[in-house]
Amino acid sequence: MIYITSEPLSPQAVTDLVCKGSNGAVITFLGTTRDFSEGRDVLYLEYEAYQPMAENMLHQIVEEVRERWGIEDMAVAHRIGRLEVGEISLVVALASPHRKEAFEASQYAMDRIKEVVPIWKKEVFQGGEAWIGSPEEEATTPTP
Amino acid sequence: MKVSVRFFALYRERAGVSQTEVELPEGATPNELLIQLRSEYSSLPMSDSVLIAVNSEYARPEAPLHEGDEVAFIPPVSGGQT
Repeated sequence: MIYITSEPLSPQAVTDLVCKGSNGAVITFLGTTRDFSEGRDVLYLEYEAYQPMAENMLHQIVEEVRERWGIEDMAVAHRIGRLEVGEISLVVALASPHRKEAFEASQYAMDRIKEVVPIWKKEVFQGGEAWIGSPEEEATTPTP
Repeated sequence: MKVSVRFFALYRERAGVSQTEVELPEGATPNELLIQLRSEYSSLPMSDSVLIAVNSEYARPEAPLHEGDEVAFIPPVSGGQT
């Protein structure tokens, strides 16, 4: 189960999607928005997705985790739009019979999400804004 | 042939539009499309790090396009900072 939404994310709701009797280990990862980045005070953030492709890529990652670790129960929710500092931008929950593969798979999934899913983050800070991930000289626009 | 082009994030802001349609010769590639787009959207920061998606899948920049394809230029995603 994956979804992309502009509504606030509920870690419990995403976790509930993967909890079942055969699983002894459940890991829920939360990505939250930082207040301080590269020496700048962040005011708020904006996330933008190429939604159909982002959904495809998330499904692909869930499939990779299933193939590699045999994990059947995994859920990913990503928030887009404007987020205030300290809010949850990403929830990844997965469950397996034992913890070792759950930790490994969780780490792998997070790395892949950061690498291939077309969702971008803009930090708006005092005096300017910047798209994260793009080269600095291209991505930063001073506020007039 | 006609293809639709989508811009996101930094590229959307620099192009000033989120999508456009482009007329291309049959068999043109994303690379050729990019060269054509640069003449119209000169402020597009098309660095070497640009990735291309065709119809919502990552695609090679030299693979021929087809009528009606949706081509997206994908700025670098956030990177492993969390």
